[in-house]
Amino acid sequence: MTTALCDLPAIEIAAQVRAGELRAEQVLDSALERIRAVEGRAPSLEAYVLKPGDREAVHAFITLTETRARAQAQVVDRAVAAGKDPGPLAGVPLGVKDIFCVEGTPSTAGSRILANFVAPYTATPVARLEAAGAITLGKLNLDEFTFGSSNESTAFRPPPGNPWDPRRVPGGSSGGSAAAVAAGEVTLSLGTDTAGSIRQPAAFCGVVGMKPTYGRVSRYGLIAFASSLDCPGPVARTVTDAALMLGVMAGPDVHDATAATVPVPDYLAGLEQDLRGLRIGLSPDYFRLRYPDPQTGELRSQPITPEIEKAVRETAEQLARQGAEIIDGVPMPNTHLGIPAYFVISRVEAASNLHRYDGIKYGYRFPGPVTDLRQLYRKSRGAGFGVQPKLRILMGMYVSAEQYEKGYYQRALRVRTLIRRDFEQAFDSRGAHRLHALLTATTPTTAFELDAVYGDSVLMQYADLLTVPADHAGVPGLSIPAGLDAQGMPVGVQLLGPDFTEPTLLRIARAFERSTEADAWRKVRPKVLAGL
Amino acid sequence: MAEAITAEIFHHLVELAALELEAGEAEYLRTQLNSQLKAIHELEAIAVDDAGITSHGVPYTPDISAAPRADVAVPSDAADAILRQAPDLDGRFLVVPDIPHTELT
Repeated sequence: MTTALCDLPAIEIAAQVRAGELRAEQVLDSALERIRAVEGRAPSLEAYVLKPGDREAVHAFITLTETRARAQAQVVDRAVAAGKDPGPLAGVPLGVKDIFCVEGTPSTAGSRILANFVAPYTATPVARLEAAGAITLGKLNLDEFTFGSSNESTAFRPPPGNPWDPRRVPGGSSGGSAAAVAAGEVTLSLGTDTAGSIRQPAAFCGVVGMKPTYGRVSRYGLIAFASSLDCPGPVARTVTDAALMLGVMAGPDVHDATAATVPVPDYLAGLEQDLRGLRIGLSPDYFRLRYPDPQTGELRSQPITPEIEKAVRETAEQLARQGAEIIDGVPMPNTHLGIPAYFVISRVEAASNLHRYDGIKYGYRFPGPVTDLRQLYRKSRGAGFGVQPKLRILMGMYVSAEQYEKGYYQRALRVRTLIRRDFEQAFDSRGAHRLHALLTATTPTTAFELDAVYGDSVLMQYADLLTVPADHAGVPGLSIPAGLDAQGMPVGVQLLGPDFTEPTLLRIARAFERSTEADAWRKVRPKVLAGL
Repeated sequence: MAEAITAEIFHHLVELAALELEAGEAEYLRTQLNSQLKAIHELEAIAVDDAGITSHGVPYTPDISAAPRADVAVPSDAADAILRQAPDLDGRFLVVPDIPHTELT
């Protein structure tokens, strides 16, 4: 096994490119070679028939923008040759979840209804990454409009496979983003997290994924799902790279009134500190799952997968050895309400956001004869949307209807307050626990097989059970790899912290990464890289 | 637990949502909606009286919020690029089929 240029950390690539020791085009060629080796047939809108080899490949890219990427790489190389600094991400291969607009490129949201939409402007996070020298290789597959936790609801199929075992899902909705980073097709990718859509696929694919504090990164140019929850964030192979990427993207934006004006710290500055003085909590409410029986709706309870609980507890022990104080038994009693509240809030916001797709202004328009405008709307939306957007529209309309709104929507918004209170009490500096961070499993299970869950919208949503509370509360969350299960699939753990404490979470994660560098599981590579 | 979303309610929702569905798709969607309502049912037993409504998790205090922009119209240079995305254009006008209407007498 050799280390290709595309396998290097972003921070190393950028340092070498800025120093003139490596050309951005060399790195780009390495990434393109990797893409050709692992990607398999390109996902498309054609009727999907499983073909031999489909479940051996990654299928992460909806659109490859090779010509645009080469032009960007040449600009970086010319800048270095002229003695200029192209920026902290000089020459770093970047993938963008296809929920972000990038000017002049197809921006599909993984949906037939936007399949021919070419964005007239660029999303702020992408613009900032490119201005820092990153090279965008293309747009990455996702669940349609981000609606899903396995990437199987995309209209562009084959859906992505998990690089560790392509018969399994990469998670979702940022499945393409996590898979492409894990397979070395890109060094960094941009995802979004609404219920766990960065952290869950990061855990499934054995990479680092961060949901920053709500408002930390601008949403301008992000095709909206649930506007009060959506958070753009980094996916990377190392904690340091995630910190580097976040520092470039974060900060206020005149185009997004919800982007906070909190100053952006240097996320790299404190990364190598030990953990003395930090209190990290474990909660029993994150080790047990509570979920409704699919038939009766009665509440059931069961522990998370034992291997995953073991990984969390071993991570805690490792963090204690780095100087942290571990506080067990922290109550987070409203954790189990995260999914029911999300079923309401996200659907209401999604229904509102999806009303703009009408077959008139942009996107898919039913090409046949219609009697009037209403029929054009119905036929365009009926043929353009897949079942997941339709499900969210209908549920959102039902729970926000006048006769149900108080019982469902208003109640869910109050439950969100209760979930937020759990975090406020755990992190209260004068409270009983005084935590700097909470350590939990990222997911109840490791990556499941393709077709195993898709179709059961309730069970699929429960894949986000441990990630969605942080989205409701708005607090930052960081998923990091913590080992492999008996099937060789990655296990992820997450760190949750108070608002805008990304530096602390990154410092804790880096301490764990540094202290486990020599562990055997860190030497294992994803299956799709065998022989490369 | 009886089905909350009956076929009648479902058809009303589909009409409001401006969707045209195939028969099999409609049945799947109605089944899933009722399953999701069972999951949401858990919320009904929660005491929320002392909890205010949160519009989003992080409180937006003035010290972390940008001041509103000046209310000044600025010409956009993206108008042509935006219009090019329209499926049916006549010059700079969006083409739509007949709009249902009632003549006032």
